[in-house]
Amino acid sequence: MMKSVKFILAGILFGIVMSKSEAVSWYRIQEMFRFQSFHMYGIIGTAVVLGTISVWLIKRFKLKDTEGLPLVFKDKQAPYLRYIIGGVIFGLGWALTGACPGPMFVNLGYGYLAMIVVIIGALAGTYLYGVIKNKLPH
Amino acid sequence: MDMIELIKQPWSWYFSGIMIVAIMLMLIFWGKSFGFSSNLRTICSMAGAGKRTGFFNFDWKAQRWNLLFLIGAIIGGWISSTLLSSPAGLDLSAATVTDLNALGIGFNGGINPDELFSLQAMGNPKVLFLLVIGGGLVGFGSRYAGGCTSGHAISGLSNLQLPSLLAVVGFFIGGLVMTWLIMPFIF
Repeated sequence: MMKSVKFILAGILFGIVMSKSEAVSWYRIQEMFRFQSFHMYGIIGTAVVLGTISVWLIKRFKLKDTEGLPLVFKDKQAPYLRYIIGGVIFGLGWALTGACPGPMFVNLGYGYLAMIVVIIGALAGTYLYGVIKNKLPH
Repeated sequence: MDMIELIKQPWSWYFSGIMIVAIMLMLIFWGKSFGFSSNLRTICSMAGAGKRTGFFNFDWKAQRWNLLFLIGAIIGGWISSTLLSSPAGLDLSAATVTDLNALGIGFNGGINPDELFSLQAMGNPKVLFLLVIGGGLVGFGSRYAGGCTSGHAISGLSNLQLPSLLAVVGFFIGGLVMTWLIMPFIF
């Protein structure tokens, strides 16, 4: 029970952080792709710098998780083509809808019911990938 | 009371960055990894897609924690817009306001434009089409690339993964092409 609650609480914190910092805003994403503000670069940049230091420290001191198990970071595998092609396709949708998979749901909770349309599209896109995966270059 | 008033203000970029890392670390120390888009695959599996397609035939119950995180994210959005709503509107750059006005998108201080995300806009077939296609590109692209902004840009880059860097470069190429080359024609 507590196990379930902690993930919901972490999600609530994520939803509040993403909306209070306006990272879920379609306008902020447009501002980022137009290079007209530092806001989104600041959020992502701060997270990446602190994240890199944290992961390095976890590895350096061989820290364990709350169950006492060693923390392992899985390396992302080659081939590399999929990351570029998939990334570009993702970016086209990100700029158009202003929403990545997380913010879509945060926006829905915020009261933007129209995000259901984007979520349905995202589920359909995910399903389509699963169906034609083997025919795509990776 | 002062504390609540402080939280209600729009949050600065550096505080947001710190909190995102705190959330990533929480999940890491709980033995999980921070990546949101895998929920989309999990939902497809829950709906029965695994019966037809091998890609969705996996033990989705092991991903239950991430679905709980998703439910939390929805609740968090609701808390922001109700209990923690800010009297101050979004402080959007004047240059962006001008650019978007030229595309027919207004700005009234909200976080998303009414032209795309209001219920009235849902009566416009063109808007519906753009939102479905946009969502489709996000869903298809994130699975193809093996992750989204949380999985690649935050988790992957923090672990110095070259594939994640390639994916993030891809995110930006796609975003710039949409913003500068495609949106002027479709809006």
